[in-house]
Amino acid sequence: MNYYEIIFYVFAVLTVVSAGVVVFSRNIIYSAFALLFTFTGVAGIYVLLNADFIAITQLLIYVGGIMILLIFGVMLTTNVTNVEITTQTLKALPATIVVAIVSALLVSTMVSTKWAVKDPISVESTTINQIGELLLTKYLLPFEIASIVLLIAMMGAAFLARKN
Amino acid sequence: MITELIITSTIKITLVIIVILTGVAYSVYAERRISALIQNRIGPNRVGPAGLLQPIADVLKLLLKEDIVPAKATKPIHTLAPMISIFVALCTIAVVPFGDSIHLFSRDIRLQIADVNIGILYILALTSLGVYGITLSGWSSNNKYSLFGGLRSSAQMISYELSMGLSVVGVILMTGSLSLQDIVLHQFGWKWNIILQPIGFITFLVAAFAETNRAPFDLPEAEPELVGGYHTEYSSMKFALFFLAEYANMIVSSTVIVTLFLGGWQFPYLQTFGLPPLVVSLLQVFTFVIKVVAMIVFFIWVRWSIPRFRYDQLMNLGWKVMLPLALANIVITALLIAIFRS
Repeated sequence: MNYYEIIFYVFAVLTVVSAGVVVFSRNIIYSAFALLFTFTGVAGIYVLLNADFIAITQLLIYVGGIMILLIFGVMLTTNVTNVEITTQTLKALPATIVVAIVSALLVSTMVSTKWAVKDPISVESTTINQIGELLLTKYLLPFEIASIVLLIAMMGAAFLARKN
Repeated sequence: MITELIITSTIKITLVIIVILTGVAYSVYAERRISALIQNRIGPNRVGPAGLLQPIADVLKLLLKEDIVPAKATKPIHTLAPMISIFVALCTIAVVPFGDSIHLFSRDIRLQIADVNIGILYILALTSLGVYGITLSGWSSNNKYSLFGGLRSSAQMISYELSMGLSVVGVILMTGSLSLQDIVLHQFGWKWNIILQPIGFITFLVAAFAETNRAPFDLPEAEPELVGGYHTEYSSMKFALFFLAEYANMIVSSTVIVTLFLGGWQFPYLQTFGLPPLVVSLLQVFTFVIKVVAMIVFFIWVRWSIPRFRYDQLMNLGWKVMLPLALANIVITALLIAIFRS
């Protein structure tokens, strides 16, 4: 095993184990908290794939932004208002069917895809230049639409938060 | 090749961490002495010559204290929170260059733990993680003062993260790179970013004070209203870790401010003096250390000179003053660059 493989398995185990805790934990606090480590593990795998920009945005947006809000929500509902939130097993049969279909789909995609393997030396040292250029040339319209959608969402949130 | 990389990195990491931890101990000492000077007191001067051994006595005291965890605390998270704080504080230093490169044992060693191409984004991402240590410690202690401290701190850090991120954009526009080494190299001579980006410097400095929870923005631990804030229920080494993280954060943000705005390790026109390369490298590291120490003294000086902000004032300052200023700075910088390039 070389160093890359060792690092890969560390992050892979972190991701999978914490994802398991998210799903199987009875206590929703621990679920929310384990999700934090899942996101971090995924960010580590992005780094190994040479997707430095994606890895950092994963940390910045998911771990640093979205998870904070999620943990806030969970924390303030359980400890302050004394509502016990637990996860239970409901409707086992339909759930099994859905899970079976989804995982069959994922596994078949995984097997049938021709994974593009690139020589590590030929990979560019940073992806940020290309991403920036593509966002402002080829993908300008989707980029602008996404920003307008975000603006509308922000205005909506501000409108809802106002008292009258 | 890769083994060599791992060995040199390990040596660099160990040295940097030792320097930072010693720096933490002596910034606490400096803080106590400077505050005493400002308030016309004497300060700690009994342990060792001029009180210089005081930090060691403090560490021993904290290590030997009893570790108390509240009965109704969420124990795993209560234990993990200080670790997150110190982890984030120490990891940020990895991308900060403390010198150009040094020629030792017949090979060039770069004086930076990792020259990441997206260094600035890495710093911003890690500072956004720092909020977890405080929020989780506040919540898991099961104490209302801790919770209030944690909540305040999260709101404060999330608000100032924005102006922090935006105030760096001016520097990035000037340099055209996100790597911290490139940013330092771009500030040769007297072209320091503090002169070229004064608004960016001020917004970044204020945001750094807010992110490190230092006075005048130390609301998360405002003693008169919140007892001890988020670390009310912490004792012994866990409390020491928070304390360590606070000062490590101060040192690390000083290094980041120096790197981004004060020319990093650049000593103006040092290359023209015709000194041997090893002396040049060492002088550059020394310049960097001097600048960082000056920044730390500035942090301490501000803490003992300016009273604490009220919570609504803090939010108003963040959202209504700092954020528009940082945005205006981006527009002005972009305009000026567009005019002067054509």
